[in-house]
Amino acid sequence: MSSSSSFSFGSLMRRPETGSFLGLAAVFLFFTAFGGVNFASPTGAASWLNVAAQLGIVAIPIGLLMIAGELDISIGSIIPAGSMTCAIISGHFDLPIVFGVGAALLLGAAIGLINGFLVIRTAVPSFIVTLGTLFAVAGMTLGFSVLVTGTTSVAIKVPEAKWLLGDFIGGIYQVTIFWWLAAILFWGFFLHFSRFGNWIFAMGGDKVSARNAGIPTDRVTIMLFVCSGMSAAFVGLSQAILYNSAQVSAGQSYIFNSIISVVVGGVLLTGGYGSVFGIVLGTLTFAVVSQGIYFTGFDANWASLIIGVLLLGAVLMNNTFRKMALSYAPKKGAK
Amino acid sequence: MAGAILSLNGVNKSFGPIDVLHDINLEIKAGEVLCLLGDNGAGKSTVIRLLSGVHKPSSGAIMMDGKPISFSSPRDAADHGIATVHQFGGTFPLMSIGRSFFVGREPTRWVGPFKVYDRKTANDIAVKAVQNFGINRIDDGDRLVGGLSGGERQALAIARAVHFGARVLILDEPTAALGVKQATHVLRIVNEAKRRGLAVIFITHQVMHAMAVGDHFAVLIRGAIAADFKKGEKSREEITDLMAGGASMAALEAEIDTDISSQPA
Repeated sequence: MSSSSSFSFGSLMRRPETGSFLGLAAVFLFFTAFGGVNFASPTGAASWLNVAAQLGIVAIPIGLLMIAGELDISIGSIIPAGSMTCAIISGHFDLPIVFGVGAALLLGAAIGLINGFLVIRTAVPSFIVTLGTLFAVAGMTLGFSVLVTGTTSVAIKVPEAKWLLGDFIGGIYQVTIFWWLAAILFWGFFLHFSRFGNWIFAMGGDKVSARNAGIPTDRVTIMLFVCSGMSAAFVGLSQAILYNSAQVSAGQSYIFNSIISVVVGGVLLTGGYGSVFGIVLGTLTFAVVSQGIYFTGFDANWASLIIGVLLLGAVLMNNTFRKMALSYAPKKGAK
Repeated sequence: MAGAILSLNGVNKSFGPIDVLHDINLEIKAGEVLCLLGDNGAGKSTVIRLLSGVHKPSSGAIMMDGKPISFSSPRDAADHGIATVHQFGGTFPLMSIGRSFFVGREPTRWVGPFKVYDRKTANDIAVKAVQNFGINRIDDGDRLVGGLSGGERQALAIARAVHFGARVLILDEPTAALGVKQATHVLRIVNEAKRRGLAVIFITHQVMHAMAVGDHFAVLIRGAIAADFKKGEKSREEITDLMAGGASMAALEAEIDTDISSQPA
């Protein structure tokens, strides 16, 4: 029986991350072949791991929102907002870094709270709600930064916090990699092993039935938006600490990059299906492609082409795997 | 004779200026199947929504065990033992059988300091509950619900309701989307639920299906109960006529005939 033996070909094919694993293996082999050994060396690995870590911290909560049937694109301006908040408080005003970090996280949580409330109260699709907050927050960040500091780029020097939030380990690996690992463990447990994970899948599957089954769908929705807001603010503030400065316009690329990572990772756009491990694989795939191109002799402009083709391929492949998962039934007489 | 578990006493419901239900009186007893028949728009869904806590009556009373009751939400109605199963089972196609069975009431166990969803227990209980209803083809709780046939999904949803202590089962057109064989399965499950002492409200437009399981029938026409009778009191033709609106159907036929004959060749 496939339920008792935990590993079988059938159960492997039913997992949402099978497709993304194959995708990652393919791009990895491709760039190892064309990029040479440098690509897989510790230095080479650092280049794509660093990218993956920053993206991954945002991509997981975005993926959970998508599994729950929502979308959050406001992260594109929460990242620079978190960055600027931290830099203005701990750089421009020179207050202890705890305040800078705390204020940035609070801001992320507050924007998430607003997103969540608007989504549950107005029943406007979350894409539109967060598109609104995306622009509103971007405008506020720019406006306040110029108002307070007179510039759109603020320096921040906080050597005491670097080891925790913005240092390079061994000179090459960003400390955010460990934060990403922590996030993977936390969210992986949350989605797949705690009962709350079941609620998120149920909400993405059918929100009305989920509510009738007694799931506090409003609270879970708000909580997920708060988490994605805080994660984005965290990435923003760690960037500011890492690069010793913050810009008002860094982060728009995260909107699409995180959605690509999540979709390549096997999450269904309409919700109800996906896994944290798949999102991690999707994030790695994205990072490998966007960085791997520099190791090859190709013009870096081609990277977007590969990502675009990869995205379409991933969606088609995920559809196939999902159909296999749905049609899967234990063979008659297998007992 | 046991009293009614659930009854509607002179219930009216209007949405703004539009009256949807007029003076509805219904009684549902344990171990009995009440078939609610009616055309689209007759008010069947509104009756279900009143009973399952989605809407409240504009006037009149819902009584449970002889006492008036008001459900604040579908969840509240469910807590009182009223379970509603919709046409497609109201389940989650991309979730496993075990997970969807326990949505909102997940079993957990402690692993060290962590409280973990107990997949094995959930799967075992879910599979056993469905098999108790005679669906032996389901034996792996990890299978996705979307891979089940329509009848199996209904069985899963009904088994779920019974497992969580439902006393009143509301089945909203459970056989409408099913083939003949699948529908027979579902009817058998309805009989099994009745045998276990549940009160079943079976909503349908298929008179054949209603007659196969019903003990008591109510026909709704334009928001009012047009007929209320027991098993064997009316023939299939009479019921079909009632549902189709009787006289108005005959008038329509006559109209069509004159239309055709008056058309220029």
